[in-house]
Amino acid sequence: MHSADVIVIGGGLHGCSAALHLARAGAKPIVLEKDHVARHASGVNAGGVRSLGRHLAEVPLSVASLALWQRIDDLVGDPCGFESAGQIKVAENEAELDLLRARVAQLQALGFDHEEIIGRDEMREQLPALAPHCVGAVICRDDGAALPFRTTLAFKRKGESLGVRFFEGTRADSLTRVDGVWRVATSAGTFEAPAVVNAAGAWAGRIAEQLGEPVPMVATGLMLAITAPVANFVRPVVGATGRPLSFKQYGNGTVMIGGGQRGRAELDTNRTVLDYDKLAFNARTAIDLFPRMRDAEIVRAWAGIEGMMADDIPVIGPSSTSPGVWHAFGFSAHGFQLGPIVGAIVAELVTTGRARLPIEPFSIERFTVGTLARPGQLVR
Amino acid sequence: MSGAEVRREYDAAVVGANLRDEYDVAVVGAGPAGLAAAARCARAGLATVLLDEQAAPGGQIYRAVTESPLRDPAILGADYWAGEAITRDFLGSGAQYVAGATVWSLTPELEIGVSLGGGSKLVQARRVVIATGALERPFPIPGWTLPGVMTAGAAQTMLKSSAIVPDGRTVLAGTGPLLWLLAWQLLNAGCKIEAILDTTPAANRSGAWRHVADFIRSPYFLKGLKLLWAVRRRVAVIGNVTAIRAEGDGRLAGVTYSVEGSGIPIRLAADNLLLHQGVVPNVNLAMSVGVEHRWSDVQACWTPVVDAHGATSIAGLFIAGDGAGIAGAEAAVSRGAVTAAHIAHELKSDAAHADARQAALAALERESRGRGFLDHFYLPAKAFRVPTGDTIVCRCEEVTARQVVEAVALGCPGPNQMKSFLRCGMGPCQGRLCGLTVTEVIADARGIAPGEIGYFRIRPPVKPITVAELAALPKSEAAVKAVVRV
Repeated sequence: MHSADVIVIGGGLHGCSAALHLARAGAKPIVLEKDHVARHASGVNAGGVRSLGRHLAEVPLSVASLALWQRIDDLVGDPCGFESAGQIKVAENEAELDLLRARVAQLQALGFDHEEIIGRDEMREQLPALAPHCVGAVICRDDGAALPFRTTLAFKRKGESLGVRFFEGTRADSLTRVDGVWRVATSAGTFEAPAVVNAAGAWAGRIAEQLGEPVPMVATGLMLAITAPVANFVRPVVGATGRPLSFKQYGNGTVMIGGGQRGRAELDTNRTVLDYDKLAFNARTAIDLFPRMRDAEIVRAWAGIEGMMADDIPVIGPSSTSPGVWHAFGFSAHGFQLGPIVGAIVAELVTTGRARLPIEPFSIERFTVGTLARPGQLVR
Repeated sequence: MSGAEVRREYDAAVVGANLRDEYDVAVVGAGPAGLAAAARCARAGLATVLLDEQAAPGGQIYRAVTESPLRDPAILGADYWAGEAITRDFLGSGAQYVAGATVWSLTPELEIGVSLGGGSKLVQARRVVIATGALERPFPIPGWTLPGVMTAGAAQTMLKSSAIVPDGRTVLAGTGPLLWLLAWQLLNAGCKIEAILDTTPAANRSGAWRHVADFIRSPYFLKGLKLLWAVRRRVAVIGNVTAIRAEGDGRLAGVTYSVEGSGIPIRLAADNLLLHQGVVPNVNLAMSVGVEHRWSDVQACWTPVVDAHGATSIAGLFIAGDGAGIAGAEAAVSRGAVTAAHIAHELKSDAAHADARQAALAALERESRGRGFLDHFYLPAKAFRVPTGDTIVCRCEEVTARQVVEAVALGCPGPNQMKSFLRCGMGPCQGRLCGLTVTEVIADARGIAPGEIGYFRIRPPVKPITVAELAALPKSEAAVKAVVRV
């Protein structure tokens, strides 16, 4: 039997970040990972570091996380491939631009000025290859992108250097509480600790269910495609307003085309199956916005297994049924940027029982006591 | 039938090659296994399509058999021209033949992504037979990426399709039956070969000896002896070669080698170095759909797990020919026949198909005789499978053996994490040129069996397609309506 201060279930970015911040706070956590660290959504996502277009409930966390990203090397001892070339969401017509303007006004009324409207001229400067029909855009200049696998591994390594112990190939099967201590039975023995963090991503719903607090979450395979290298033509990460798109060119010339399109995921086999109709939708959007993409060659498409909440925002906070258990899961395809801050919040919760940033909208109780966050986002 | 007649016949078959939405059977690859499987399925009355990437049927072994400019049968040999009869039988079978069709994806539900003439289409089949054959095993030696160094298979392709032989001083190096066949074909075509550096490990003899009785009774024995003799009397063969280095400044200028028991490197001036150390199953399509594979210690490669009929772990998906484990062209025809008879029996439940399956299985057993000897005798030495130092492992991303070993030391346990660490295997070839090497280098560095190290997860498209081609796929309602936050 292994004992620890805290058991973190899940070796994705959120599990690794929670463990790192816990270790910084003086705890000696254990991380249980059923496969290997960064195997699923954390390691194979689009790498977007995006505060742009966040659900209003997420804005304070996202803005705080961006500040951590900007000195990520100080936090984890690795630059994580983070490049801050901005994220831009383009409007393809005046109606879309109006939506963006209203959104920015709403943010400003709440005291946030990280999103900024830009007109045709600056949009052209930022995106010279953009199709001519686009009329304007919203930009977050400090946003950017990082390398997801490298980032997650950097959190792991930094955690290890501070005493975090990782058990990979160790699947958490069941949780029981004996004399105020949680016992986690796994595929590789039993672990115990007074506190447990459920950061099991797409698999976290199973743990919540076991604790008697089922959540409306589905596992999906978020699809991405990448091309062979083409001449460099775009630096910021580009999204669209009226349709889903996440578009980014890496320094080596390869272009990633994504946009939250869902393939099929099987939780028990780790298998994902792509849906080409949906990938084709993304391909059409990419060509509409950047006509030169027509002839680029797609060399690989894949899907990372991710948990999507019914209301599209994560669960962060204490269990409603089980003292000593804390949740951080269900990031619904936009958890990567939040990784650094949510780990800090979880560490704060575990060590002090409270969080300084507002996390009420992410309570697991919202599904049972009718406190669902109002759709706070004007535009996607 | 003359080559021109065969050519006309298959031109006729290609005309009107409009892909339907659905077939009973789709066969991928027009080598011996694919041709045999498709012909028999079609003759059993099943709506059958044969999708092939090449411009003409034959696969690698019978490449350009209907249209090779080398009409003198003595150059390529009788075994090559046997492919003409197999092709002719296929063309008369009623199967639809689609040339220039690249299969870029396959789902567990047997939906096939096909790229044809600049467009793409999804085709549904009740049964799929993968007959994508073999690839040359990677041969990562220092300098193997220099211009002037190529695989023997590439040289053979030029010979068969275009009657081109390498110009200048040519050295062959490696091991395996096909090395000798290529040497013989090149000599027949007028190529001058300076030397053959034979890397067959002397230590293999003891392991192969157990299989010698079977081998002597197999057709390989006499053919092989004749071939060796025909080559050896015309070319200097240097045996027991344990190290090879291709050298030159921007282009191959020489080959340095050393032989067992002597540390002294010897340099040969050369303009061309043709490398070959056997063939391995081309597993990418099967891997991409999730077919279970296992590591073969005897052949030092991944082999799909199939039953006697070629059935895989995915319902309705079969693999026939060398793609299911190397056994050669003649066995490939029988393996195609076995699979086809099995499918016909499944879909048509006619006892005649069960009889045909038995007959094909019996033929297959005869044709498989002698393989054990070849597998053991020609297994390449570890030094040529597990490179070290600055030798390039992944050509697409220029990753060296040292980098792979260093990544292992940093805690990178397998090929998939290596993709993320080093971009190794992330290029357009998707590991076809480096996958086995990466598995074995990691296994060696970690002191674990390659079978436990695993392989790259192969992602579609298995062959690249353009963004425009993907974009042109038919729209479905669900995709149009999909609303997910970016």
